[in-house]
Amino acid sequence: MLNIRGLSYSVETDKGTQSILKNVDLDIDSGRFVVITGPNGSGKTTLAKAIMGLIKPDSGTISYNGADITGLSVTERAKLGISYGFQQPPRFKGLLVTDLLSIAAGRDMQEGEYCSYLTQVGLCTSDYLGREIDAALSGGELKRIEIATILARGASLMIFDEPEAGIDLWSFTRLTDTFRSIHQNTGATIIIISHQERIIRLADELVLISGGEITQRGSVESVLPQILDDTVPECAYIGEAAI
Amino acid sequence: MNSIEKNLLVQIADLHETPIGAYNIREDGAAAGRKSTANIEITTKTDKPGIDIRIKPHTKNESVHIPVIITKTGYTEIVYNDFYIGEGADVLIVAGCGIHNSGCDTSQHDGVHTFYLGRGSRVRYVEKHYGEGEGTGERIMNPNTIIYMEEGSYVELETAQIRGVDSTKRYTKIEASADCEVFVTERLLTHGKQTAVSEMDINMNGAGGKAKVVSRSVAQDESAQTFYPRMSGNAPCFGHVQCDSIIMGNAKVRSIPEIAANNVDAQLVHEAAIGRIAGDQLLKLMTLGLTSEEAEDKILSGFLK
Repeated sequence: MLNIRGLSYSVETDKGTQSILKNVDLDIDSGRFVVITGPNGSGKTTLAKAIMGLIKPDSGTISYNGADITGLSVTERAKLGISYGFQQPPRFKGLLVTDLLSIAAGRDMQEGEYCSYLTQVGLCTSDYLGREIDAALSGGELKRIEIATILARGASLMIFDEPEAGIDLWSFTRLTDTFRSIHQNTGATIIIISHQERIIRLADELVLISGGEITQRGSVESVLPQILDDTVPECAYIGEAAI
Repeated sequence: MNSIEKNLLVQIADLHETPIGAYNIREDGAAAGRKSTANIEITTKTDKPGIDIRIKPHTKNESVHIPVIITKTGYTEIVYNDFYIGEGADVLIVAGCGIHNSGCDTSQHDGVHTFYLGRGSRVRYVEKHYGEGEGTGERIMNPNTIIYMEEGSYVELETAQIRGVDSTKRYTKIEASADCEVFVTERLLTHGKQTAVSEMDINMNGAGGKAKVVSRSVAQDESAQTFYPRMSGNAPCFGHVQCDSIIMGNAKVRSIPEIAANNVDAQLVHEAAIGRIAGDQLLKLMTLGLTSEEAEDKILSGFLK
């Protein structure tokens, strides 16, 4: 169970203080599949980073499974079972794909285990086991490896920040299957930040953030039509191009 | 051999026991063991310190270990080792120097290794440098590696100096003729107030040559490093020089790759990058459960692997 209370975060800009999150309250039950959506700049990624501890909120609390984790480090939260897939994952010269998966799993694995994680994200495993995570990988490959590390981590709370960004159409279909499978088979709580309707439709619950505040939440059936009705076609943020 | 000497051999040559194949172990200027084989002959030079290693043509899958260890504080030496690799041979040569300095005087090893690669021969040359000891005396190593390559020969040069050497000036020169392949991999980590300079001249003199230099280094604390790899394409050839450094603390790194095309069909590329460990690299590994220190260690060990 994830409980967020009164979470606020602001940054200093040339124009003064800008509020990114405004007194956000959010409860997510264990095992739920929640998609957070909203326009660019609405605070979605900031909220996800605050849960992982990658940014420190100005005020508010975050609890996970009854324990207050607001003051815990990223490492301590990871050890409690929270994981985070970066929107733009970093590259590592010299580290191999298998090294990163081993770090994620906390142990060395058999080749078959590495392969199973890579296959789930649509990578042909024999091409990737010995590859370095360097500039030779495309953005899409890097993103898929990032998702594979979250799978290998086996966390109880998996946060994915726009996992579809940079992934081609074929892999996108595989990706939605992967998320559905994780949800059905692992019991993990899944939070995905996404603009993609096909990912949104996988969710048990949809949360809409706008201007740093949660403006709507509920089942996909109840919330999505309202979002689509409110969206002007020329400036739609719900993406259908890759669907 | 005592435990200090045995540890030095493990560090520089992964030798836990007497090596298989030909070997020559030099300890404080004296021979501590030598073995020639039917195809590899090791003899002492008569005009200056050092040895000649002669490998018969078409010798395959054999190795030569020639580690040097210094445990006497204040001991300095210049050693000349010449390698004659016969046509069509395919061998592994493991060199390296370990210094244990427990005193206050400078210990220094300057090794001049000259290779003559016969037509179509293949050599993998591995050289590790390592220093240790609680003394205040400096540990200095200045290796010179000169390689002359006949047509169609291949050399893979792997050098590593990870910690412990106070000052090093490395010079590598390769003269490659037609259809030669050259792969140079350099790994370096300096810390404290150590200094390291690595210069290279790689001359691609024959058509069809390929050369790749990959230099990766980590400079920590107050240490200083300078890289000056120079590659000349004097014939139709392909060459790539890549220098990457991670800088930490108050260290200083200069990287000056130089490529010179003296033929219209010489294709040469260089890349050089110096930077600190990126914050998002540390954060990514921390989200996988590592502490900041563990994440840094993983990033550095992967980079220098």
